[in-house]
Amino acid sequence: MSALFKARKVLAVCLHGSRSLSQLAELPETHQLLRQTCRDFADRELAPIAAMLDKEHVYPAKQIKELGTMGVMAMEVPEELGGAGMDYLAYSLAMEEISRGCASTGVVVSVNNSLYIGPILKFGTEEQKKQWISPFTAGDKVGCFALSEPGNGSDAGAASTTAYQEGEEWVLNGTKAWITNSWDASATVVFATTDKKLKHKGISAFLIPMPYPGLSLGKKEDKLGIRASSTANIILEDCRIPLNNMLGPRGAGFKIAMQTLDSGRIGIAAQALGIAQASLDCAADYAHKRTAFGAPIGKLQAIQFKLADMAVAIESARLLTWKASLLRDAKKAFTKEAAMAKLAASEAATFCSHQVRKRQTEDWSRTEALVGRCKTLFCFCVVTQAIQILGGMGYVTDMPAERHYRDARITEIYEGTSEIQRLVIAGQILKEYQS
Amino acid sequence: MSGRVLVGVKRVIDYAVKIRVKPDNTGVVTDGVKHSMNPFCEIAVEEAVKLKEKKLVKEVVAVSCGPQQSQETIRTALAMGADRGIHVEVSGNDYETLGPLQVSKIMAALAKKEDAQIIILGKQAIDDDCNQTGQMTAALLDWPQGTFASEVTLDGDKIKVVREIDGGLETIKINTPAVLTADLRLNTPRYATLPNIMKAKKKKIANVKPADLGVNLTSKLEVLRVEDPPQRQAGMKVETVEDLVGKLKELGKV
Repeated sequence: MSALFKARKVLAVCLHGSRSLSQLAELPETHQLLRQTCRDFADRELAPIAAMLDKEHVYPAKQIKELGTMGVMAMEVPEELGGAGMDYLAYSLAMEEISRGCASTGVVVSVNNSLYIGPILKFGTEEQKKQWISPFTAGDKVGCFALSEPGNGSDAGAASTTAYQEGEEWVLNGTKAWITNSWDASATVVFATTDKKLKHKGISAFLIPMPYPGLSLGKKEDKLGIRASSTANIILEDCRIPLNNMLGPRGAGFKIAMQTLDSGRIGIAAQALGIAQASLDCAADYAHKRTAFGAPIGKLQAIQFKLADMAVAIESARLLTWKASLLRDAKKAFTKEAAMAKLAASEAATFCSHQVRKRQTEDWSRTEALVGRCKTLFCFCVVTQAIQILGGMGYVTDMPAERHYRDARITEIYEGTSEIQRLVIAGQILKEYQS
Repeated sequence: MSGRVLVGVKRVIDYAVKIRVKPDNTGVVTDGVKHSMNPFCEIAVEEAVKLKEKKLVKEVVAVSCGPQQSQETIRTALAMGADRGIHVEVSGNDYETLGPLQVSKIMAALAKKEDAQIIILGKQAIDDDCNQTGQMTAALLDWPQGTFASEVTLDGDKIKVVREIDGGLETIKINTPAVLTADLRLNTPRYATLPNIMKAKKKKIANVKPADLGVNLTSKLEVLRVEDPPQRQAGMKVETVEDLVGKLKELGKV
């Protein structure tokens, strides 16, 4: 009985919390204009070079600078500090559109906004904000976030990087792993333990400029996807930084990291949405153009079911992402919704890109010839291929589809694996239902 | 000198959309189709905003003639840096028959009302490809015109315009007030910055009816039919020049 009453109360709180529910149905005009601007930028500046960036592992410096000029690299930062002064809903929209053009560019934007600037904006002193945020708003400098280590990713509380005080300095030692933007960054937020006995309550956050004596980078990882963004170890060997470089109070590092990741999840959810949407766009386009047995394959129910499943997955994840953003903007609790959004969006991205291997129109004639030859003997096989909206074409590196598939995969891993998201969501639900 | 620039911005079907003719051949399908600002109008707005940034003009006013949705186009211009907008409401049948003559009458009336010093338009719209509004507006106002501009330099009360013409480039000097039309290479339009998108929300868009400006919208043109261009036919290969000439004669081409 009392559990039911509690549940009703929780529901009322949730509904009241997302007071801008109407915004889920139709975005405000500024947000629509923002979304369109980012989409135009992604279509014109990112999509045409995405394949090259991926193939040659090139950091999109020019595009990041342009995004900086637009205000996209520091969306939540107040205008006085050089940012765009916008809300998280705007950020999710921008992230989705950018990632739809190029997922690697998306992650560079996301890490700078949510993981680097995010904690400094929330926990930094005014001085720290001026020093560590303002130069990172225009796109010529980006930051990174060093939490994971070779020995612990999901188990962030077991940090083994140490920091001890010596005179007027902190001395840091240890290795951080999988750090996005590392090779292109000019600063990093680093988490190190100042009191190992206190376990996760002994972790503190620090700010280190890059390059810096005592800080070196490991080799650039050769990744499956998001290859235009650099990922490497950050190695700290007697790295001495001023006492002022501690971010937030001593021992607050774990809390800072977790809260930062809560918001970061919304950015990554939006990135995954962009990848998923790009997959759906070309699947639907292909369904119109590609004919089999005298009609466009879009007329086939099996294709229609796939398109419907993809669209539902994307739209549900999108609404979850928007809701998490709206809750955060309204300063309500959003941990559960952010985890749900990230889980739903990353799984939607993997699902959609798996269903789709994109087709480039220039190779129609080759495909037609292949189909023609195979038709009589392997017609069922071809139809099945078409039905899965896959195709041999989508398997080769000159087609973008395989890039979407590779880019999507990481979204279920970084900033909290899907398994961790489930733990976070379950934890929140159990807390809500506690009698 | 008012230092005021009027910029015309037209809402057209987006350049990337594949145009489809309506089944009844009365026009093209516009319902549910993505629309955006005419690319040459974007260049015109960019030029006007640049002039303002160089402090050569004081105010940029974006004007659009059309239905309710034209306001979105004006907002985009505001986000790019225009100071305020004027939406001339034209809808229904009037909108169907709205052409360069009607728009140029409106622009001329507004230029007088707003005491404009310069009017900048795109050289043509990508839907009708008329390339007439700038020229007609100048004629109605009896103002000089610098069309197909690839470079514009303000010099006191004169404007130096480099024009793209068939033979190459022509440089002219015209007095203000004047009408300019923007060609492709005039500039590269900026992406609206997020702070400017936010500021655009607060900028004013005035609503005006053509009748308020004393403009009669009746058109003397009637669209009879709209058709797809003919499907491209396969060519044929010939072995020698003699064969080529022979074939051309056969087809009655020479």
